[in-house]
Amino acid sequence: MAQKILAEGNEAIGWGALTAGCHCFFGYPITPQNEVIEFLARELPARGGIFLQSQCENATINMLFGAAACGVRAMTSTSSPGWGLMQEGMSNLAAARFPCVVVLVQRVGPGVQRLTHSQQDYYSATKGGGGGGYKCIVLAPASVQETHDLMQLAFYLADKYRHPVIVLSDGLMGHVTEPLELKKLEFGPLPEKDWAVARKGKHPDGKHVALGASYNPLKGESFVSYLEDMRNSYKAIEANDVRYKEYRTEDAKLVLVAYGYCARTAEEAVDMAREEGLKVGLLRPITLWPFPSKPLKALADKGCQFLVVEDSMGQMVDDVKIAVEGKAEVHLADASFRHMTSEDGMIMPSRVLEEIRRLQ
Amino acid sequence: MTGGTQEIEKKRITGRPEIFVREWFADYLWDLFCPGCQTPVVARAVAEALDELGIGDEAIMVGCVGCGGILIGGFDLDRVSPAHGRGPDVATAIKRIYPDTIVFTVQGDGDCIAIGAGPFIGALTRSEKITIIMVNNTNFGTTGGQLGPTTIVGQTTTTSPQGRNPAVEGYPVHTAEIAATFKGVAYSARGSLHTPASYQRTKGYIKTAFQRQLDNVGTSFVEIITACPTNWHLTPVQSLKYIEEEIIPEFPLGEFKNVTSID
Repeated sequence: MAQKILAEGNEAIGWGALTAGCHCFFGYPITPQNEVIEFLARELPARGGIFLQSQCENATINMLFGAAACGVRAMTSTSSPGWGLMQEGMSNLAAARFPCVVVLVQRVGPGVQRLTHSQQDYYSATKGGGGGGYKCIVLAPASVQETHDLMQLAFYLADKYRHPVIVLSDGLMGHVTEPLELKKLEFGPLPEKDWAVARKGKHPDGKHVALGASYNPLKGESFVSYLEDMRNSYKAIEANDVRYKEYRTEDAKLVLVAYGYCARTAEEAVDMAREEGLKVGLLRPITLWPFPSKPLKALADKGCQFLVVEDSMGQMVDDVKIAVEGKAEVHLADASFRHMTSEDGMIMPSRVLEEIRRLQ
Repeated sequence: MTGGTQEIEKKRITGRPEIFVREWFADYLWDLFCPGCQTPVVARAVAEALDELGIGDEAIMVGCVGCGGILIGGFDLDRVSPAHGRGPDVATAIKRIYPDTIVFTVQGDGDCIAIGAGPFIGALTRSEKITIIMVNNTNFGTTGGQLGPTTIVGQTTTTSPQGRNPAVEGYPVHTAEIAATFKGVAYSARGSLHTPASYQRTKGYIKTAFQRQLDNVGTSFVEIITACPTNWHLTPVQSLKYIEEEIIPEFPLGEFKNVTSID
């Protein structure tokens, strides 16, 4: 049986990376993700891996570019201001199709603001925040166990599609302490990384490997053929790897939609509403891109209304509106629903319950 | 490229056909640079240095954005093209993953010490066991000849049309001298290519820089002054004279640090 420990979310990121066989970590201190880099500074070299603290987040994302070019499992983690600095690198990683994992422990934005939780980076994570024209797979854990498990899935999906994967946490998910079972997940075989640099003398065919963020006319690629390849890859991701969980939606008239810590709030609000006899359920996207549009549309077709619970002024709500194609009302419980108006406030189940009652 | 086209290419640069028997150079390299540009000469010096040390198959090259980034395509080596200025960050990761390879960047002066000053200083601070080769043509060549960090005082560029004025743009940055002040740097030199003798000396600097990496001593750095006739608005021959009379007095040639161990 796998070992069971108590861990906080940020440690679970580290444990998940170790279980997934992450070889390289590059990081720069920033609150509220410092536990991630401290954990891996301690644990990764002890297991033969490489830990390196860089001079800034701009450097970490480009060190990640170099490591991913070598085909090893590599990652970085940051919080919202550092995430901003990484955007050029994210665009290049996606353009070069380098598999890697980037953990974003969201904090209060916009700008530097404060150090606690928030969900203000949904847009830049799911829509491509750097030089445009790309998307990254985005996984959103809602518990310590799921943080650990999705880290393993993130490395798998990165290698499966040769694409960067973002694990989108937040200051609350990073610091909540819960039981964690350290079990290794099996996902199946992966393609060989025969595209990676190694040095010319190491390649079986004796030919060199040239990698970069742009298409290569010497390989017969054109700009449009490159875009078509990318689109086909994105379509495969959308076809095969949409993940979500439905909770008590069978007979629901109102379906809450929430990810991350807000999904925990929403789940509790659903239970409270059910005790009052209200027919309420929850759809929790686990992949924010690709977004679970089809199940949302199916619920809309059944006549459900929606209440999006997210700790921003409304970002994911746009994707829910697109998904339901105008077939259902989509309401929003946003950051103004926090029990305190300060940066320490969070959206509590009781406040969501009030909104559920109001919408009946 | 077909053999026939290759023959035409060889004829077009008669006098230096030996370059094309060297496997380092892709056939198209010479088409991509302006007449009189010395960036391909840097490619030749680097390639010969790799060849003479016998380390070509063990090397990984990291490029840049700018004229130096065009150069990377000429090398028959495993290579990675990074974002503008980020070569030392990318090379850092590659070298740490493959410590028994030779990892080097080729960067322009803008790439290395303007937008890339952070990665450059970061790599020197960590004493990364990589070699950084900086091509200094005193301007941003690819984008049309704008003010660079190395533009000399009084030099006219498209963004300093009255000439570099220290009261506005400050003074040119002396990268090789900066590198030499870092404890973790094993080797720092500045060479030029404006005479056959200076070419040979500069190739020697590059070889020493690679040797310090082979011996795992510390970071090695070579700055190479190159002619940019198009953006200097000079003929190739005038450009070599300009290097001799104007640029070298600002950027003295030679070795600024050369140690075989760092205690």
